[in-house]
Amino acid sequence: MSDIKEMSLEEREATLGGIGSARKRKEDARFIRGQGNYVDDIKLPGMVFGDFVRSAYAHAKIKSIDTEAALAVPGVMAVITAKDLEPLGLHWMPTLAGDVAAVLADKKVHFQNQEVAFVVGADRYAVSDGVQAVDVDYDELPVLVDPRKALDADAPILREDVQEKDNVGQGLRRHPNHIFHWEVGDKTATDAAFAAAAVTIKEEIGYPRNHPSPMETCGCVASMDATNGVLTVYGTFQAPHVIRTVVSLITGLSENNIRIVSPDVGGGFGNKVGAYPGYICAAAASIVTGLPVKWIESRMDNLSTTAFARDYHMTGELAADESGKITAIRANVLADHGAFNTHAQPMKWPAGFFNIVTGSYDVPVGHVEVDGVYTNKAPGGVAYRCSFRVTEAAYLIERLIDALAQKIGVDKAEIRFRNFIQPEQFPYDSCLGWEYDSGDYPTALKKALEAVDYEGLRREQKEKAAKGELMGIGIATFTEIVGAGPTRNCDIVGLGMFDSCEIRVHPTGSAIVRLGTKSQGQGHETTFAQIVATEIGLPSDAITVEEGDTDTAPYGLGTYGSRSTPVAGAACAIAARKIRAKAQKIAAHLLEVGEGDLEWEVDRFRVKGLPERAATMKDICMAAYSNLPEGMEPGLETTSYYDPPNFTYPFGAYVCVVDIDRFTGEIKVRRFYALDDCGTRINPMVIEGQVHGGLAEAFAIAMGQEIVFDELGNVMGASFLDYFIPTTVETPVWETDHTVTPSPHHPIGAKGVGESPNVGGVPAFTNAVVDAFAQHGVMHMPMPHTAWRVWQTIDELGLNK
Amino acid sequence: MIPGSFAYHRPASVDEAVALLGQFGEDGKVLAGGHSLIPMMKLRLATPEHLIDINGIGELKGIREEGGQLRIGAAATQADILASDLLANTCPLLPEAAALIADPQIRYCGTLGGNVANGDPGNDMPAVMMALAAIYALRGPGGAREVAARDFYHGTFDTALAENELLTEIRIPTPAPGHGASYQKMKRKVGDYATAAAAAVLSFDGDRCASAAVTLTNVGEAAIFVTEAGDALVGTAVDDTAVAEAAARAMALAAPVSDLRGPAEYRTQMAGEMARRAIRTAAARAKGG
Ligand SMILES: Cc1cc2nc3c(=O)[nH]c(=O)nc-3n(C[C@H](O)[C@H](O)[C@H](O)COP(=O)(O)OP(=O)(O)OC[C@H]3O[C@@H](n4cnc5c(N)ncnc54)[C@H](O)[C@@H]3O)c2cc1C
Repeated sequence: MSDIKEMSLEEREATLGGIGSARKRKEDARFIRGQGNYVDDIKLPGMVFGDFVRSAYAHAKIKSIDTEAALAVPGVMAVITAKDLEPLGLHWMPTLAGDVAAVLADKKVHFQNQEVAFVVGADRYAVSDGVQAVDVDYDELPVLVDPRKALDADAPILREDVQEKDNVGQGLRRHPNHIFHWEVGDKTATDAAFAAAAVTIKEEIGYPRNHPSPMETCGCVASMDATNGVLTVYGTFQAPHVIRTVVSLITGLSENNIRIVSPDVGGGFGNKVGAYPGYICAAAASIVTGLPVKWIESRMDNLSTTAFARDYHMTGELAADESGKITAIRANVLADHGAFNTHAQPMKWPAGFFNIVTGSYDVPVGHVEVDGVYTNKAPGGVAYRCSFRVTEAAYLIERLIDALAQKIGVDKAEIRFRNFIQPEQFPYDSCLGWEYDSGDYPTALKKALEAVDYEGLRREQKEKAAKGELMGIGIATFTEIVGAGPTRNCDIVGLGMFDSCEIRVHPTGSAIVRLGTKSQGQGHETTFAQIVATEIGLPSDAITVEEGDTDTAPYGLGTYGSRSTPVAGAACAIAARKIRAKAQKIAAHLLEVGEGDLEWEVDRFRVKGLPERAATMKDICMAAYSNLPEGMEPGLETTSYYDPPNFTYPFGAYVCVVDIDRFTGEIKVRRFYALDDCGTRINPMVIEGQVHGGLAEAFAIAMGQEIVFDELGNVMGASFLDYFIPTTVETPVWETDHTVTPSPHHPIGAKGVGESPNVGGVPAFTNAVVDAFAQHGVMHMPMPHTAWRVWQTIDELGLNK
Repeated sequence: MIPGSFAYHRPASVDEAVALLGQFGEDGKVLAGGHSLIPMMKLRLATPEHLIDINGIGELKGIREEGGQLRIGAAATQADILASDLLANTCPLLPEAAALIADPQIRYCGTLGGNVANGDPGNDMPAVMMALAAIYALRGPGGAREVAARDFYHGTFDTALAENELLTEIRIPTPAPGHGASYQKMKRKVGDYATAAAAAVLSFDGDRCASAAVTLTNVGEAAIFVTEAGDALVGTAVDDTAVAEAAARAMALAAPVSDLRGPAEYRTQMAGEMARRAIRTAAARAKGG
């Protein structure tokens, strides 16, 4: 019947395009033609527009808001302020972290560019003129910019709304500007290990505030159908179902009357996980006007008000014996969360998974303390292309181990070999509470060192140093913790962090697969089809993957923290296996043998011992709708909800080589080698693309990305003129490589990779830069490594004379 | 990021454009490539009521040599400069500097006239024009006049151009064969304005420097012509001592603001470093051909 039968086994496998195939991405056909469908492409009949009046000050009382002139602007229909939202209970909104955040500033503003009023009008021009015409009268208040001063006795109190509360969602707090205190580990044993140590090091290591800055800014179109009572919101959402639940909780609308749709999303990197005032105001405006309302952020709005990342002020310490074997770790972190605690982490984890700070190393004991504080800055604290606070943790340990190597005079590769968790130690219980599923760190680093001729590089570095030239070699051997997560560890607003997959197979041998995740460029339409193709033997070209519409997709927690493959990818495989189990029953019926007499081969069931007697999956699909065993329900559909038993732990070994201009401080990345182990590789080309993108972002973060504030809390450089987005000209050439250590608990052994390059890349860059100055006794240099910062180090050391 | 409303005019001749400028006075603004003006309008830092688009005026385009001068129409784009064989052969400094401005898309729109008339100290061409002793041809309701580039810039967005005047042409004395020139620009990324940049134009008589002009970009309220740096080079073999002295004099005149490119002290040092590099490269080029 089908021509597949005439092909060789290899040809049949190739036709499937399943797991392991480096096939081109399905979605790119529309993206490279400019035919994607993003939120701003959506135009509904009668649609109007909204935009914000934003605060000029970082901290001020609002004396009055005069909207008269704005309402007189032709085309302006309404100006909404906190007073208008108050009767609806929408002027504040709950955050994913148990705090509340102002939707529109209520009596005072807490950061510059905060949303003060929402102007609605017939077109963007009228709205923009209306925004200009709103007159807000402020009384300036003292500003708190430096998080180190937040808990001072005389610090200005920022959040008067929660001033009296001893808990703002994440445990007891000790100051009106304090958000939470979190600690983990064994303090007594750690103190004892430090007291007894032969060597200790201590470094202050900051991770500056930066911003995920996706190519597409945030936005939405909200449309209230008053007749049917249904609210539809098209938006840039990484987690559409969570948004639906949150909208229901906030508005009191019943969840079946809310439809959230994420169309194509142009990058998220954590920036599009949370709920923003724009969504609420657009929805409120649609309810008020009865018209669809579109809100689209400008670049400056996005950079200066939507969720930032990092802003961790860390003090890290290691204790070790004379050989450099680590005996204890200690970390103390001050976390700047800005004006409201809107960080997006699983609820029980106010500092995310920062306790992965032991990294790839066998550390016997440790203790970590994190304190979160409010400042007069935009709220956030999201995971910018990393799992929750993992990049901060990886940066800290990878910097500390370099500092330890320098202190005792051991090579920076050698010190890692001395401390690695060994392959036979897996599953490995870390002293700070994680169970690492699998890994082989020594093999990865050995391969990396050989690939770059590490010894040759060190020789060259010595020769250059003798001539006064600055060359640095940076190594990072990082471990990620991704795939949030097991329901026993993780929830968001009480929802377990499972994910889901629904498969419907059509009679003629094709299928639609729907998931609770949402691609923002990761290539889910390609890779999830590949998983299903291998599992059920239908070509991946005949499998449509659909995400993002809460009316059709099964409930899921969305895409961030490299969780799609570990969680939804697993759901995909499990659902497909359910389909195959039913298919096997149908095949037994078609071939008139017992189920147990059949074996699976690529795209068909064969009778054991009689290979020419087989039913292909295509045959079975038709039979599922026409010729079923007695008593079996027709159809070939299933849904699977997957609650992972553990996280997955991707890892890698990166080497970066830099040359530094000693007259200007400019850094040239001569070489960057990245070996990633993400377990089973679903699509090597997609992995390579993910690694390239993540490394480019890591490069940007290490070399230039920082949201800077002046002493008045004015946000500086919130445009791409200053905020560093490297072009192809600046971006180094990447060499990628891999090892494969499958996850033992994931159905197909895959671990997730999208964020590894950001987690491992940043310390590799800093380590290389600092390494160039190690011979002069430099232990640490603060990020970002802009030319002028590096030049200051050069100048202090007199190396430019 | 949406401009206020304005009226749009597209004159077909210089006369018509000048008449419109005369009519609207301070409410009118010339629109050339739009890559400085339109961003300012989107931020509502500029709110002109009338835009006078000069892109339809054929007489403002073109690059030619006449009477010992290179004559470049004000509306010639950076891309036109990069594509000109005449400039590549007679004045390679111009394409060298043009290639360091923004990115290809912006260079297809952005004009030389807009770059030099804009008055932003971040623009690269003013310093190049000063180094080459260019002359700007201006036309207003009162007639035509010429102003030397070295006299044109008074401060940030403060130039000799009257609000009802149009810049029609840039006139550069054709550099003598055998001259050497270089523009050295330090920037954070493609499309960035200079942390510091310097131009040098040198000529030699035997192995002695016969003439020298050194200028700086984006380290003051306007481009800076460092007369003293040129003086330090003339008569010397442009050896390390002379170069160091010229760079020191350039740094002495540099007065940058601190910004996210670096503190003033760093940007001053970089002005010196760029001057050193520009002078050395210009000298090597002069000696090499
Ligand atoms: C991302 C980006 C990066 C950039 N990087 C650089 C850079 O590295 N270096 C650099 O030098 N520039 C840079 N620019 C600016 C760019 O080169 C502009 O094109 C240039 O500054 C102005 O030229 P324009 O033709 O676009 O003029 P417009 O923007 O149209 O006009 C600029 C000003 O000059 C006036 N004007 C223009 N033409 C005339 C005329 N003939 N007579 C009288 N007045 C006139 C206008 O009224 C206006 O005030 C950058 C711009 C962008 C957007």
